[in-house]
Amino acid sequence: MTAPATDAPRAAAEALLRSPGPVRRRVAAGPAVRWLVLFAGGVAMVAPLAYMLSTSLKYPFEVYNLNLIPEEPTLDNYRDVLSDRRFGWWFFNSLLVATLTTVSNLFWDSLVGYTLAKFRFRFRQVVFIAILSTLMIPTEMLVIPWYLMSQQFGWLNTHWGIMFPGLMTAFGVFLMRQFFQTVPDDFLEAARIDGLNEFQIWWRVAMPLVRPALAALAIFVFLGNWTAFIWPLIVTNDQHMYTLPVGLTTFSVEQSVQWELIMTGAAVSVLPTLVVFLVFQRFIIRGVVMAGLKG
Amino acid sequence: MTRYSALTVRQKQVVWAWGFLAVPVVFYVVIRFYPTAQAFVLAFMEWNLLGTRRWAGLDNFARLWADPVFWQVFRNTFVYLLLGTPASLVLAFAVAFHLDRVRFMHGAIRALYFLPFMTSAVAMAWVWRWFYQPVPIGLFNNALATLGIPQIRFLNSTTNALPAILAPAIWAGLGFQIIIFMAGLRAIPRSYYEAARIDGLSGWATLTRITIPLLKPTIVFLVVFSSIGFLRIFDQVFNMTTNDPGGPLNASKPMVLMIYQTAFSSFDMGYAAAQTVVLFLVLLAVSLAQLWLMRDRP
Amino acid sequence: MVSWKTSLLAAAAATAFGATGVRADVEIEYWQYFFEARVKAMDELIARFEAANPGITVKHTHFPYADYRTKVAAAIPAGEGPDVVQLFYGWLNDYVNADLIQPLPADRFAPDRIEADFYPMVQAMKIDGAYWALPTAVRSLALFYNKRLLEAAGIAAPAATLDELVEHAGRISVVDGAGNVSTVGLTTGMTAQDHHWLREVLIRQFGGAPYTEDYRTVTYDSDAGRAAVSWYVALEQEHGVTRAGFMDEPQAAFRAGRAGYHIDGSFRIGALQGERGLDWGVTELPAGPDGSRGNYASYWVNSITSKAEGERLEAAAKFMEYITSDEAMQLWLEVVGELPAKPAAAATSAEHPVYGPFIRGLAYGHATVFADESAQRQVFVDMVNRILLEGASVTDSLAAAAAAEQAVLDRYFGSAN
Repeated sequence: MTAPATDAPRAAAEALLRSPGPVRRRVAAGPAVRWLVLFAGGVAMVAPLAYMLSTSLKYPFEVYNLNLIPEEPTLDNYRDVLSDRRFGWWFFNSLLVATLTTVSNLFWDSLVGYTLAKFRFRFRQVVFIAILSTLMIPTEMLVIPWYLMSQQFGWLNTHWGIMFPGLMTAFGVFLMRQFFQTVPDDFLEAARIDGLNEFQIWWRVAMPLVRPALAALAIFVFLGNWTAFIWPLIVTNDQHMYTLPVGLTTFSVEQSVQWELIMTGAAVSVLPTLVVFLVFQRFIIRGVVMAGLKG
Repeated sequence: MTRYSALTVRQKQVVWAWGFLAVPVVFYVVIRFYPTAQAFVLAFMEWNLLGTRRWAGLDNFARLWADPVFWQVFRNTFVYLLLGTPASLVLAFAVAFHLDRVRFMHGAIRALYFLPFMTSAVAMAWVWRWFYQPVPIGLFNNALATLGIPQIRFLNSTTNALPAILAPAIWAGLGFQIIIFMAGLRAIPRSYYEAARIDGLSGWATLTRITIPLLKPTIVFLVVFSSIGFLRIFDQVFNMTTNDPGGPLNASKPMVLMIYQTAFSSFDMGYAAAQTVVLFLVLLAVSLAQLWLMRDRP
Repeated sequence: MVSWKTSLLAAAAATAFGATGVRADVEIEYWQYFFEARVKAMDELIARFEAANPGITVKHTHFPYADYRTKVAAAIPAGEGPDVVQLFYGWLNDYVNADLIQPLPADRFAPDRIEADFYPMVQAMKIDGAYWALPTAVRSLALFYNKRLLEAAGIAAPAATLDELVEHAGRISVVDGAGNVSTVGLTTGMTAQDHHWLREVLIRQFGGAPYTEDYRTVTYDSDAGRAAVSWYVALEQEHGVTRAGFMDEPQAAFRAGRAGYHIDGSFRIGALQGERGLDWGVTELPAGPDGSRGNYASYWVNSITSKAEGERLEAAAKFMEYITSDEAMQLWLEVVGELPAKPAAAATSAEHPVYGPFIRGLAYGHATVFADESAQRQVFVDMVNRILLEGASVTDSLAAAAAAEQAVLDRYFGSAN
């Protein structure tokens, strides 16, 4: 861990966190009102999800009824979705692909983001803009070239084939670059004087300081891959290689959609992302206590 | 050949920088730039995905210029951007700023805001579409009917469809922006606030003189990234208007949806590629303008 | 994973028979879109086929319906695809022009015999004197009705003519005090099946024709076209017996029991049979003012890709022959509920209470030759929206639609030739 984050300033900062902040002091009833408004807003945010859950517990005949509590609640939809033997495979494939892609992105995106934020070299802006420009092409236009590439290298219908296009993302590079910019240079300079090489400085000094951003990146990359659809569809042939979103489209049949099953699938597939979110959000909430740094 | 140890500090930095970038550069060139270049070449061709490709010169671009649907779609795309980006950023910042000061059930409240972002866009689009229906099944119109207010056509209207689709798009992305803002707020060293307190700065002054300036890298990221997101809006529109994609009468159709339909409904790959080139240039221009406007001035 | 197990079994069987000189194993691959009943029916057909043809195994692969077309279009030109593939009849031209499929071998598929056995609309699959694809089953439209709602409105027999349809729908529809519809007499929605109904049925019933014989020139910008469109939009604007987009989708409204009449395809039968608390019947599409009947028929076809050569081609042709046989059609009807593509193939008669109206409809059905079905559908959707949402006149909106659709046709046929 880093030298400056000693216990004394951390304790001081935590004390500060607990004390009333500058904004809180202005309005006496502020905290309670703030909490209530935020909470009400949060409840409103999840209202559509409540309807998703409610629909997943309904029989088809009741799907278009507005009542939130089903008249005849049923677990049949869950039984249908979960009893499908393929479901386990889809779940596993999605989990594997999303996890490996997340690890890859955490490493590479922050390395590139750090380089672009903290090193001075020719073409730095060009590299940044070039990477950023990859966000400006819809994936749909790239799937055919990727398909032909995968075919040539024998990547069709493999986990590697599903994940190779997403191993690094401009989104992550951009996010990490912005956050590394907030790390004071003196800090890295101090480490340089201590004799750390550049890789060690990045890994051991800079990375811990952007933990909230890393956590956010992990959540987003995982989610992005968990819900990716068009490329996994094109690259897989075998139903056992489908990812969850591709597999769940089998409930959307010709001329009609089985909404109660779509909702069930959505409800089931949100669970792992919720776990990932809850695990990583601890890092965001804790934040980085950089007291003791000179401004 | 100069030895590494003989290099100046600056030169060493350059070596490290390119060392760090070596693998990513290969990745981006092979996996991203090369397919993109192929897509751009297609813009000058005619191809139905199945048969042979034929050179078409600038035909696709001439057709685009003369296509009234394209101009409407172009306009729609900017409406999504100009309404969506400011509205979502102000909302997200307000929530993040206050949530940052809440202790009680902090994690739970944050999870509430983030849940929509985690949920399948297909499923959520259906729920919203259902909310927007006229009576007897639509939630909003039923509420209006109970209050004795006349029905509102949300989706089946050339004027209301776009905002009605934008609302769930903002809703779904809000959690994402809140998280990024929170991460940014948490990265601001506490010592600054302490100093502000000692100096007796008011809440508003702390916000405008400390929080927002120090949050600038985060704000730059969110402005640029949300703008790209709204200019590339697709999922919500496609899933909320599945029966008449981008309708009614193209009133809600954004560029990516037009590209998707041209490529995978009409299999007119060359024309879709020409639209992609235009989208690319628009996105690049908007992003560069934003980065330039928000650059660090000495 | 069915395929490797079956190949293993087949391999074992081949080894066992090896001494007697049975020929080597061939595995061919078959692709279709996912629909539970279709997959089940095809698995059964493959099992029977493999039992009758030792040495041939068929690998059955299916993809989600919504993106089946994209998937097939990405894979087949890359040479990754199947040997036998299911395509929508409207896509055939593109696959023929790109040399991705091959003509069915004439020894097993003699054109004159096909023409004698199959419904005439299948002749659209004949290009340059050879058949390139054949369906197992075909679909048509019919008028579904909610028995309870009809009874409550005092209607004894379902509507047989368009006039009766309007009159019945008026008696069935329920409007509340605020003017909001809670039950429609008839579902409408250009985005569902109505564009087919208007295009191939109503325009003809009002004395016109939607296109020239070769489907390359639009001819509905005529008195008949205007009369048909006026009749259609009057359902909502004048008679108030329907509302476009009611309950999001016509079929949802009908399934929820909030619509008296509903026009839909034979593919809907399965879903309706599973619907609780819905008592429904089905009858032929109503006759026009001149008493004429009309229908829209469509079908999915099976075709052999260019990839299949030699032994695989031989095996693929055998498989094609089997899945277009009378036996296969009967099984398809029983399991999937789709109508046999040969009038004589099925034991089910034209008098069957559920399938009968659809089978009778096939006799006078037209299969539109689409250049770009979604774009051509969009033309009709927009035409009606201009009238209903923007107050455009029928004459103007129809003329604009005809011009837009002609542009789609010209671009397609202009470049394909």
